[in-house]
Amino acid sequence: MDPAKPAPLPPASAQPAPVPQASLPQGSAPPLASRTPRAREGGMLSWGAALGDAALAAGVAAVLFVPILGLVLDRNKIEPHLLRPALAVLAVFAGRLTFGLAVRSGAWSMGGAGLARLTRLLAARLGAMPGALAARPVRGGLLAIAVLGALPALPFSSNYLLHVMSLTFIYVLLAMGLNIVVGLAGLLDLGYVAFYAVGAYSYALLAKHADVSFWLALPAGALIAAGAGCLLGFPVLRMHGDYLAIVTLGFGEIVRLLLVNLVGLTGGPNGIVAPHPTLFGLVFAATAPPGRRTFHEAFGLEFAPTHRYVFLYLAILVFMVGAVWVFLRLKHMPIGRAWEALKEDEVAARAAGINPTTTKLAAFVLGASFGGIGGVFYAGMEGFINPSSFTFIESAMILAIVVLGGMGSVAGVALAALGITLLPELFREFGNYRMLVFGLAMVFIMVWRPGGLLAVSRRSIARRAHAD
Amino acid sequence: MPTELGNVLAVRNVSIRFGGLTALTDIAFAVRRGSITAVIGPNGAGKTTLFNCITGFYRPASGTIRLFQGGADLERTRRALERLPIHRIARLGVARTYQNTRLFAGMTALENLLVAQHAFVARGLVPGLIGTPRYRRAEAEAERRAWSWLTFMGLDAAANRRAGTLAYGQQRRLEIARAMAARPALICLDEPAAGLNPQEALELNGLIRRLRGEFGVSVLLIEHHMGVVMSISDHVIVLDHGQVISQGTPAEVQRDPKVVKAYLGEEDPQPRVRASGGA
Repeated sequence: MDPAKPAPLPPASAQPAPVPQASLPQGSAPPLASRTPRAREGGMLSWGAALGDAALAAGVAAVLFVPILGLVLDRNKIEPHLLRPALAVLAVFAGRLTFGLAVRSGAWSMGGAGLARLTRLLAARLGAMPGALAARPVRGGLLAIAVLGALPALPFSSNYLLHVMSLTFIYVLLAMGLNIVVGLAGLLDLGYVAFYAVGAYSYALLAKHADVSFWLALPAGALIAAGAGCLLGFPVLRMHGDYLAIVTLGFGEIVRLLLVNLVGLTGGPNGIVAPHPTLFGLVFAATAPPGRRTFHEAFGLEFAPTHRYVFLYLAILVFMVGAVWVFLRLKHMPIGRAWEALKEDEVAARAAGINPTTTKLAAFVLGASFGGIGGVFYAGMEGFINPSSFTFIESAMILAIVVLGGMGSVAGVALAALGITLLPELFREFGNYRMLVFGLAMVFIMVWRPGGLLAVSRRSIARRAHAD
Repeated sequence: MPTELGNVLAVRNVSIRFGGLTALTDIAFAVRRGSITAVIGPNGAGKTTLFNCITGFYRPASGTIRLFQGGADLERTRRALERLPIHRIARLGVARTYQNTRLFAGMTALENLLVAQHAFVARGLVPGLIGTPRYRRAEAEAERRAWSWLTFMGLDAAANRRAGTLAYGQQRRLEIARAMAARPALICLDEPAAGLNPQEALELNGLIRRLRGEFGVSVLLIEHHMGVVMSISDHVIVLDHGQVISQGTPAEVQRDPKVVKAYLGEEDPQPRVRASGGA
C-alpha cells in the first residue's frame, strides 16, 4: 500500500519506499566465490581457484546426475548410459568456471551493476506511469472506456479477441467483487469462485426449468449468490486471517463438489447448457427457434456470428464499468470507511460504534453478488458450463488479480486481469509451462512492487468553505 | 451514594473474575454529569479492567452499570450497559481512548474522525451509491465536524496524513479527537498523559478542562500522573487489588490513610501521596 508516485514520498512515511529492490546478482553470488578475495592480481591463482571451484561443482553434479540420468531401468536390468550425465557434468563445469572467472575478474559485478541500474530505471519509468495515470483518473478512465467501447469497430478486432476481452472483463468484474471482501474489508476469501459458480448455475438452471431470460437471470443470479454469501458469512464472521481463509476455501470446494455430485440437478461433471443472451428477445443465431426472431432478421442484416460476440462484449463492458463505479463509490462511503477501520483495528472500530457483524456481512454479500453477476455472464457467454470451470485455481486467479493489481486500486486490477487472461492466451504454445511463467511473473511483481502493480493513493479531503 | 439525579454513570457492585483470579470485587461509584472523575491506583489494581467493563470489552460477572442519558425522565433514559455489545455502548454515548493508542494507522487523521461519526452519517447503500442530497449533507457535516476537531486539537496540518505516521503526541490528541467526534456523553480516557513530557501533560490538562467546559462531556480518566489527577479532577476513585479503597475529592483522598498505605506501603510514615512519575 505505498503511494503511487515513488519520487515525492514523505520522509516520515513508515511505508517501504516503492523504489525497487533491484535484484543484485552480486548479492546472490554463492558464499564459495565470495569468500575468496578477488584475486585479480595473480592470474594463475584466479584460474586455479576458479578451476577448483568448477571441479567441485562438477563433482557434486556427477554424484547427482549419474544415478538420475546415467542409469536406465530397462525391463529387469539396469543399463548404464554414461554419455548423458557426462554432458550434464561438463555443462555444469563450464558454467561454473565461466561464472567463477567472471566474478573474479570483476566483469560480473560490472554487469550486475549495469543490470541493477537498468532495473532501477525501468522501475522508475513504470512507477512514474501510474503516477501520471493517477493524476487524472477520471479522464483516464473515460478514455479507457471509449477505447474499449470502440474496439469491436477497429480493423484488428476479431471474434477471438472479443471473446478474450469479454473474459477479461468478467475477471475485472469478479476482481472488483473480491476486492470488496479482501481489499476493502480485509477478509481473506479463498473460495470466491463459489459465488461465480452459483451465479452461472443459477442462470443455467433457471433457464432450463423456468425459462428465465438472461436479463432476468442477472439480478436473480446476483441475489442467489448474495444469499450464498450470507450463508458463508454468518458462520465465519468471528474468524480471522488463516482460519477464515481455510473455511472459505472449504466453502468453495463444497460448492464445487455439490455441482459435481448433484447429477440429477446440475448434470454433474457433464455440465449443463446455458442459452446465449438475447437482445429484447432477439436471438443471436442463424435461425431462430419457433416463436422467436433473430437479431439479423430484425435489423435486416446478413447473419454473422460476430454480432453475438460484439453484443456480449459491449454488455459485459457496461457491467464491468458499473462494477468499477460501484467499487469506487463504496470505497469512500461510510461502509467503505467502516470496512477499512475494522481491517485496521477491529476493537477500536467497534468502540467507534461500528457493528462488526452487519458490516462484514455486507462485504460478503456485496462481493458475492458481483460474483453471481460474473457467473451469469460467463454461463451466457460460453453457452455451456461444468464444474471444472469453478475449481480452486479460479479463486486463486481472481485473488492473484486483486493482489497483483494492488488491493483497492482499480487501474491496477484491470491491468492485472488483462495480464492474467491474456498472458496464458499468448503463451498457449508453452502448454503447462505457462503456469510457470505466470508464477514467476507473480513472484517478480511481489518482490518488485509489494503494493501491487499500481498501489492505491489515499484520497485527500480538502477543507470545504462552510456556511454555518 | 449521592442521588442518581445528576449522575451520568452509576456502577453498582461490579465484579469480574478471570479464571480463579478476581480482578474486580464489588466496585461501586458514580460519575456526576459534567465532572472530571479520576480512577487511580497502583499497577494491576484493575483500572483498565474497570474501563473494559464500562465500555463492553468485558462482561462483568455480576453487578450493574447504568448510563443516564439526561433529560427529565430518569427512568426512560437509563440504559443498562453491562450486557450490551461494544458498538451499542459506543452509540449510546460512551467513548474511550486506550493506554496504547489504537488509531486506524493506515487511514488519514481526517478519515479516523469520519469513522468515529459512523453512527451519524447516512449509512444506506443505495443513497450512498447514487449520492442523494441527504447523504451528501451528512457527509459534508461529518467532514466539517472532523475538521473542527482537528483544529481544536491543533492537528490541521496533519489532516490528510496517515495516522500511523503522526508524532506520538499528535496520535494521542487524535485519539481523544476521535473519541470526541462520536459526540459522547461520557469519555473514558485511559492514561492520556502516558509518555507525554511535562509540558505536554500540562497542555493536556488544559485540553481536558476545555472538553468538559466547552462540550459538556463528562470525563472519566485513568491517570498515573498525580499532578494531572490532583489538579483537574473533581472526584477521585482509588482502586487497589480490584476494590475501591477510597473515594472523594482529591484532598480527601490524599489524606486517607488507606490510600497512603496502598501507594507507599505499611510502614511508611509519609502522610501524603507522592507524585512519583509512573507510580
